[in-house]
Amino acid sequence: MAHTQALQDKPATAGAMRKAMLKEFWYYFSQNKGAVIGLYVFAAIVIIAVFAPIVAPHSPSLQNREALLLPPFWEQGGQFAFPLGTDAVGRDILSRLIYGARFSLFIGVVVVTLSVSFGVLVGLVAGFFRGWIDTAIMRVMDVILAFPSLLLALVLVAILGPGLMNAMIAIALILQPHFVRLTRAAVLSEREREYVVSARVAGASRLRLMFVTILPNCLAPLIVQATLSFSSAILDAAALGFLGMGAQPPTPEWGTMLADAREFILRAWWVVTFPGLAILVTVLAINLMGDGLRDALDPKLKQS
Amino acid sequence: MNAVVAEANGLKRHYAVNRGLFRDPATVKALNGASFSLEAGKTLAVVGESGCGKSTLARLVTMIEEPTEGTLLIDGKPVTAGDPDLRRAVQIVFQNPYGSLNPRQKIGAILEEPLKINTSDSAPVRREKALAMMQRVGLRPEHYERYPHMFSGGQRQRIAIARALMLNPKILVLDEPVSALDVSIQAQVLNILMDLQAEFGLAYLFISHDLSVVRHIADDIMVMYLGKPVETGPAEEVFANPLHPYTAALLSATPSADPAGARNRIKLEGELPSPLDPPPGCPFNPRCWRVLDRCRTEEPPLEGPGGHCVACYNPMDGAGEPS
Repeated sequence: MAHTQALQDKPATAGAMRKAMLKEFWYYFSQNKGAVIGLYVFAAIVIIAVFAPIVAPHSPSLQNREALLLPPFWEQGGQFAFPLGTDAVGRDILSRLIYGARFSLFIGVVVVTLSVSFGVLVGLVAGFFRGWIDTAIMRVMDVILAFPSLLLALVLVAILGPGLMNAMIAIALILQPHFVRLTRAAVLSEREREYVVSARVAGASRLRLMFVTILPNCLAPLIVQATLSFSSAILDAAALGFLGMGAQPPTPEWGTMLADAREFILRAWWVVTFPGLAILVTVLAINLMGDGLRDALDPKLKQS
Repeated sequence: MNAVVAEANGLKRHYAVNRGLFRDPATVKALNGASFSLEAGKTLAVVGESGCGKSTLARLVTMIEEPTEGTLLIDGKPVTAGDPDLRRAVQIVFQNPYGSLNPRQKIGAILEEPLKINTSDSAPVRREKALAMMQRVGLRPEHYERYPHMFSGGQRQRIAIARALMLNPKILVLDEPVSALDVSIQAQVLNILMDLQAEFGLAYLFISHDLSVVRHIADDIMVMYLGKPVETGPAEEVFANPLHPYTAALLSATPSADPAGARNRIKLEGELPSPLDPPPGCPFNPRCWRVLDRCRTEEPPLEGPGGHCVACYNPMDGAGEPS
């Protein structure tokens, strides 16, 4: 109640209004403890990635011939110079993870941005206009979904040429039909609702109906799908890297690191465990954050 | 003083229905020739059972759909879709107050949206107008910052009415505005509607199947059956002296609060015929107990003296008792 009171006496200037909206958003977001933890973890990962050259103890591609497959420091034979051990060619795993955060976050952000923006736009058009546009779009999406996703990504990368950028485009393309379908389904159920009709009677233009009236009401499943896609983008990029089609060595990308370490699983657990943990923690933090974001943006969960 | 603000002439709306690959598409005559006029400060009630074209009529008058045939004059100007002036002149309130407000918008934003789209008012002016309108329909200023789901059905319906009135329309289409509400709330909303009508000189097109509500609010009444008006006239007269057998049957079905009062309920046999395949002649002939041979072949015209018109060859004569 105190919070509602605080919102009463706000002045009507645009800047203050935005500030009040942010404040309200944070109030509801912080109700969800998991989401706040997710946000902190994610922020920490972002900061580490940005300041990688300062934080990392070694260069990610420097090979120490005298320290091959060194275990983490708490194990017997570990050295403090290499806190999480080294890999098969003597590169410091911690440094590689820190630099790898840059690539993995970059992949996630680019792929999700690409597929969400394209997918939502196409889905919105399909659901709003129906008719032959809808049929044409959905058949194309069905064709994309009919292929095993990794196979299609492989084909695309083979056409575009191997490399991180092309791998990201390919992954964005195979993730995007999910957003199209999800958006279209939500738009179909919303566009017949009476509030849309009354916005139309009030004179709202098509664009306003699509983006201001309908789209915000379709966001909840999209936010969850977007955060889940963030993780699958990282994993798919790792798979492509593993097949030699994604990030090329010696790029310290987490998936590529995981793939490189495959032969040492039994001998040196730390080589696979730490990149795997890094992916796990990042993905978990993003999913928790997505959950909280959805709840904070859903007015139905707000109390008066 | 009662200026005519809308005039409809032979409004028709047909829909093509696909019946599968091997049959020709059929035509549903959802609305098959309705004529009426709306006067400022007056209420025209449209009554009839489900599927008689009431809601189609509402969609035509609000320009959500265009008529297949017939003309609609609003404020003396023929209606063409997308004319912003006419848009502002007609607004609608829907039956379901839970679906007609955008769940993502605060009440303030919902009320201000029509102004935002249609006027160049600045944000503080819009806010002032919204707050004034909220007060007018009995909402408190602190409701401005709340979301629709925080309100009860009656409050939401008042918000919907407030939103419809933000542009100062001349005509308000009320598509069963109280049928989703509790009886005690119905009276509240109806009273607000009547107050607003008196204050702003609004013309109401009041669509309902609840005759007790219609009796309370209507000046004129139009009874529809299968897409056609079968009886029109001043409400008092239609209630006191229904001429069409269908009207008489409808009126006799209204529940009465007087258990001792004599009731002569007319029971209609059969179902509403399919609008895909209406019967020849008078559409009511398969269910009518006063049917003549002529009714099965010829369609009776809507006519009568003194504004009380009926489309029947064998109209009721007395005070509504069945023969």
